[in-house]
Amino acid sequence: MEWEVVIGLETHTQLQTVSKIFSGASVKYGAEPNTQACEVSLALPGVLPVLNKQAVECAIKFGLAINAEIAPRSVFARKNYFYPDLPKGYQISQFELPVVGKGAITIQVPAAGKQDAYEKVVNITRAHLEEDAGKSVHGAVEGMSGIDLNRAGTPLLEIVTEPDMRSAAEAVAYAKKLHELVQWIGICDGNMQEGSFRCDVNVSVRPKGSDKLGTRREIKNLNSFKFMTQAIEYETRWQIETLEDGGKIQQATVLFNPDTGETRAMRSKEEANDYRYFPDPDLLPLVITEQDKARVQANMPELPAAMKARLEAQFALSSYDASSLTASRDLADYFMAAIDAGAEPKQTANWVMGSLSAKLNSEDKDLSSSPISAQQLAQLLKRISDGTISNNAAKQVFEAMWLGEGEVDSIIAAKGLKQESDSGAIEAIIDEVLAANAAMVEEFKAGKEKAFNALVGQAMKASKGKANPAQVNDILKKKLQA
Amino acid sequence: MALSIEDIKKVAHLARIEINETDAQATLNKLSGILALIEQMQAVDTSGIVPMSHAQDLSQRLRDDVVSKTNLRDEFQKNAPILGNGSQELAVAGGLYLVPKVIE
Repeated sequence: MEWEVVIGLETHTQLQTVSKIFSGASVKYGAEPNTQACEVSLALPGVLPVLNKQAVECAIKFGLAINAEIAPRSVFARKNYFYPDLPKGYQISQFELPVVGKGAITIQVPAAGKQDAYEKVVNITRAHLEEDAGKSVHGAVEGMSGIDLNRAGTPLLEIVTEPDMRSAAEAVAYAKKLHELVQWIGICDGNMQEGSFRCDVNVSVRPKGSDKLGTRREIKNLNSFKFMTQAIEYETRWQIETLEDGGKIQQATVLFNPDTGETRAMRSKEEANDYRYFPDPDLLPLVITEQDKARVQANMPELPAAMKARLEAQFALSSYDASSLTASRDLADYFMAAIDAGAEPKQTANWVMGSLSAKLNSEDKDLSSSPISAQQLAQLLKRISDGTISNNAAKQVFEAMWLGEGEVDSIIAAKGLKQESDSGAIEAIIDEVLAANAAMVEEFKAGKEKAFNALVGQAMKASKGKANPAQVNDILKKKLQA
Repeated sequence: MALSIEDIKKVAHLARIEINETDAQATLNKLSGILALIEQMQAVDTSGIVPMSHAQDLSQRLRDDVVSKTNLRDEFQKNAPILGNGSQELAVAGGLYLVPKVIE
């Protein structure tokens, strides 16, 4: 039988605020245990939550970015369960009335094997505000677990998709797109190692052509795209094999073990999903007006899709170039900074996506830590277009700048890379070359076009590669026709 | 809706409330009475009425995103539970609160 995998994602994004969602405790990562756990984080008796304005604005930003309905009135609810890292015994979340409703994100699934690259729309069911839980630390004291409540109360936006994805590749393409988007609009730092962006993946399989969903298992807390691919592929195989062997899938939460590449069901808790949600009486309904939305909209950056269209129209870049340059905010900002510094767009696109990206990749660096600034790159490109240096010489200058050997012009001078553009000097060189290669001149005059290129080569060699090739061409042509 | 003694035990377990057979039966009777009252109320036509999520008709006030809390960990940890098992020490170590081992 042919099977089809059905995937939906729930992503927890930590919002970029300085304080917690319901208290004034810091959310800075990496502090000593419990030094950022205030009385609200600890759930001491008598404390009350007060909602963080910035967290609400982040949610509105996301809603606007995915063209979603933003609820004029949304409600916080208590999700009840017992766990040591949740001292209240409930998590404040949203249930029936989330702040962000239905929206959509367009993803680009890369080509693989015989499959061409394609676009697909992933529908977003909802996104809701909630608080993060604390962390359990094992091994500090024998036979006990340690609880650090610094993270408790960190604002989260949980983003839930429809079960729209049909392969690990689609799920990862969506996760990457969402990861770029939340960073682009500045609501999440996207740091997956620090847990700022965590994905839960719901996976089920069904016979191809069926419109009924199979029983799903949820893979928890995937914190890298590589693990996501491995976990979904393993889980899909496991479910298909189980069904083909006549078994049944039990709804379960599973963990992925990166060491074995396998997924494993967590201890089954039959009543684990009975959260008995009810509206939190400590919080009033969250009201978002049209004015609130307009105010946030005014501060929204240009979105990647809009910027891509603009780059194509304004700078005559190809769809591919424009799409690559808008893959991340850093890249787009770098490109625009180079343009603002006077660089030519198409040439800049080629260098940013060519030499610069290759160099960053090979040294596993981010653009933010690039040794060559956008302004320096612009200066380098200017020296190519004004004829000071050749493309080949520019590559040498680029390497030297990367190694911190100085600014464009000082490197050109130090390495003697300046092109010879003085026509008198070039004429003198060409006269010598013509005199020394009379045979080639005869061949050219007899109609052998190749001889021309050989003469250009001789002239370039005589100038030690410094002559401006375009000028050499022009002058040589004139002399031969004379 | 009729409740069973199993429903009572399940709800008690979810709330981590220990309940014996006698109390479970008494609770079943009381909760059934409350549900009967709710059934009666359901006779009222509420279509077109927006469900109320709070007793007061107000909206949530928002707080500016600033850090206003300082580190009071040492004060708070004086209130930590006693380790127990013969030890009178507080259940804290290296800044962490200690709890019985959590197994996933």
